[in-house]
Amino acid sequence: MSHYPSYYKSDAPANYFNKTFIIALLSLLLLIAITSAAHAHETPVVHSHERDEAVSTNTMAATSNAVSEETLLAQNKQSVTTSADLAISKGDAIEQFVAADFTKRQTMLNQWPGSVESLDTLVELIKNDELYQGNGGQTYLLNSEDELFTYPAKQLTTEWPSDLAQVTLTNTLRSALVFGQAKVKLESNDPTQRLQAVAILADNIEQLDPALISTAATNEQDDDVKTALSTLQARIDFRDGDVTTQIAALTVLADSDSPQVLVDVKKALAADDIDPVLKSALLDAEDSIEQRITISTWIGHLFTGLSTASILLLAALGLAITFGLLGVINMAHGELIMIGAYATYMVQNLFQAYFPSMTGWYLVAAIPVAFLVSAIIGMIIERIIIRPLYGRELETLLATFGVSLILMQLVRMIFGAQNVEVSNVDWLSGAYQVSSSLVLPFNRIAIIGFTIIILMLLVYLLNKTRFGLFVRAVTQNRQMARAVGISSARIDMLAFGLGSGLAGLAGCALAQVGNVGPDLGQTYIIDAFLVVVVGGVGQVWGAVLASLGLGVSGTVLEIGIGAVMAKIVLLVLVILFIQKRPQGLFALKGRFVD
Amino acid sequence: MRLTQLLSDSPRNAILIGLCFLVLLILPWLHLLPETSSFHLSAYWITLIGKIMALAMVALALDLVWGYAGILSLGHGLYFALGGYAFGMYLTRETAGTGLPDFMRFLSWTELPWYWAGTQHFWWAMALVVLVPGLVAFIFGYFAFRSKIKGVYFSIITQAMTYAAALLFFRNETGFGGNNGFTGFTTLLGYDITASSTRAVLCFTTALALLLSYLGLRYLMSQPYGRVLGAIRDSENRLQYLGYRTLWYKLSAWVLSAVIAGIAGALYVPQVGIINPGEINPVNSIEMAVWVAAGGRGSLIGAIVGAGTINVIKTYFTVAYPEFWLLILGGLFVVVTIFLPNGIIGVLDRFKKEKE
Repeated sequence: MSHYPSYYKSDAPANYFNKTFIIALLSLLLLIAITSAAHAHETPVVHSHERDEAVSTNTMAATSNAVSEETLLAQNKQSVTTSADLAISKGDAIEQFVAADFTKRQTMLNQWPGSVESLDTLVELIKNDELYQGNGGQTYLLNSEDELFTYPAKQLTTEWPSDLAQVTLTNTLRSALVFGQAKVKLESNDPTQRLQAVAILADNIEQLDPALISTAATNEQDDDVKTALSTLQARIDFRDGDVTTQIAALTVLADSDSPQVLVDVKKALAADDIDPVLKSALLDAEDSIEQRITISTWIGHLFTGLSTASILLLAALGLAITFGLLGVINMAHGELIMIGAYATYMVQNLFQAYFPSMTGWYLVAAIPVAFLVSAIIGMIIERIIIRPLYGRELETLLATFGVSLILMQLVRMIFGAQNVEVSNVDWLSGAYQVSSSLVLPFNRIAIIGFTIIILMLLVYLLNKTRFGLFVRAVTQNRQMARAVGISSARIDMLAFGLGSGLAGLAGCALAQVGNVGPDLGQTYIIDAFLVVVVGGVGQVWGAVLASLGLGVSGTVLEIGIGAVMAKIVLLVLVILFIQKRPQGLFALKGRFVD
Repeated sequence: MRLTQLLSDSPRNAILIGLCFLVLLILPWLHLLPETSSFHLSAYWITLIGKIMALAMVALALDLVWGYAGILSLGHGLYFALGGYAFGMYLTRETAGTGLPDFMRFLSWTELPWYWAGTQHFWWAMALVVLVPGLVAFIFGYFAFRSKIKGVYFSIITQAMTYAAALLFFRNETGFGGNNGFTGFTTLLGYDITASSTRAVLCFTTALALLLSYLGLRYLMSQPYGRVLGAIRDSENRLQYLGYRTLWYKLSAWVLSAVIAGIAGALYVPQVGIINPGEINPVNSIEMAVWVAAGGRGSLIGAIVGAGTINVIKTYFTVAYPEFWLLILGGLFVVVTIFLPNGIIGVLDRFKKEKE
């Protein structure tokens, strides 16, 4: 880690590290604020069905989703109101649609009179079976709890109309809707909307009018949309054309990584008596597409692994510090993570109550709060419980486990045993679509980024500041450090506070990807321990490597054998690894013999 | 060695301890008295006493490795549960008769997995109760001790192992009843498992097993073997310099401990009527360590006292103030480790010394 002589060179005042500490904290906040602000501007609007896909790609977010059904509903309602407002200004298209007869509906779908959003809302409402028609042609919304609302006023009605009919779509209307939606979006000024339109059209290639695509392709300026359109064009040519057209189309299609295209190609290959030239082209295309899909799938896995690794690392970093410095196994570390998550929850509630216009930014405020709350509780624990047990590590383990039980129960008594709801902030929901088979959710990207920032700040704090110097001095030789005038008790407390604060930051980040409940800490604590054990005592870089190894290999194993078996295999692997390197990846060098 | 010596170091305590065990051996039979009798012991109490005695056995087993050899296991719940599952297999087969156990039929399995072979025989099940925890402990212990994993590391690894096992047992396809485990037992060796006489015999057997394991371990610890274990706890390196192969001492103590825990599990299951993966939950195993710490490490009677005391408190609080139980348990962890390094027995000893 560092070199002894450097300790003797520094001669700054004794409480200098306090200042450094505060500066480091502030710069952390600043950095996060800057990155998140930058991020917020870059975020493209993502269509809801892509968001769903993105969420389902990672199981954790999916579980958090399942819990927050109510929010989804609430969000849904919100979007209904806003788009309703828009639609009213254009003479409410949804209401007209419901009141109309079959032919009129078909025309409306082909020539949608309202805004894109109102069309999206209509699709959403019909998909969720929420749209109803009263006997006089009025529009009603029925939510999943069987409460009936008038539309667009959104008033709760207790008087149910005598014959309430659900608005459904016949197949004809459905395809009309698909094209209506795509047409409206194809003419949008926003390239993302146009890209979505192409995706919608690609899903319904059977009924597609080739002329529409070729016109759109010639008029298109944006590169991404142009590529998407030409792929679509090639798919149409491939389906309908003669052998020469098909071969020509294949040269375009071979560059695709879309599973749909692969299905087309495979279907063509399965046919009897294919032209030999076409066949070889088909085989080439199949190889190339499959290869692309494999690559992007693996990049996806790697990304998931990386984000798992950064979660592990966040949970384990604080543990690595407390273990390294004090030789203390802090079993309450998981509960400090949980407290960080609950602090985030509290900040969110405060924002919702007092600054409703800025709820999207609560996360930025929650970061320092989570850090401080956990750090203070950690320092109290160190003062009261760990100090008397110093040097008796097994006893510390038991005592801190007691603390973890107490904290868990207290949280249960204060907040209830149920999971509480921490909503994803707007600028972290959604996903970045790299290609048709690779989608990266923003909250995962943010966690990776956040972890890297924390890691850099921590390394800076430990290696470049006076506080870090003292921490390292106490870690390596407590007696010597005290002899040169370092107050080791104070360093112990502050370092424990730092470790606990890192747990709080982990909790803040984890609240964005998983459930927040009293058992949150238990979920991560064993994994965090494994990272520390594999990484080696008190080794920041050891923890980094170990969490990378465990996170990525865990994800890869999960693909093959399922989550639970992967966990078991991983634990067995760790036990075997410990056989080879009992001191972890990086052992603290020392000459201690009892 | 005289029996009083085997019971305790001081003759007066020996009489006390002897009396306590005598009471434990007699209590079960009170259940057979008619219900109108004022000495009648209800089914609730006899089950509770039997259950706590089984848990006290695990505490004894843990004290052997932690108190004497200085190896803190945070995974003894696994050995306990393995013994319980092994005996539970027999009970399940007995309930199911010639057919498949219910939970397998629900999964539409057509035949028993290979590891269920022979479990319909009582003696094979009894053998499994000893063999399975023993074997698992041997394999795990051999690798762990050979690579000199010690202290906190060892504790964490045992915890991870227990966690892995819990995950495994939670799976339906493992063939151990998944989430629900085994329950709904009807007969044991052909006798009705809920009959008064069966309960009394089971409770008595547990008391006997507890007494025997206590005496056995006390005897063993008074022998050179016990001294070597103590030396390993205090300074394993120096012992190795003297030429002792500490691996085998630790390993044998570890396996013995696991076997005792397994037997305790086997006695526990028919009395409470259920075994499920919840028993393998790492928290349970850590709780066991607190029983030992609270009673007093390194004195076998302390483990029994600790397990007894805490479980009595637990029984009371989980019924009377369920929401406070975790606070109290947590507080116990903290108070015992900070203020009572030698546990309840240590406090008693200190009083005695002050008197003298």
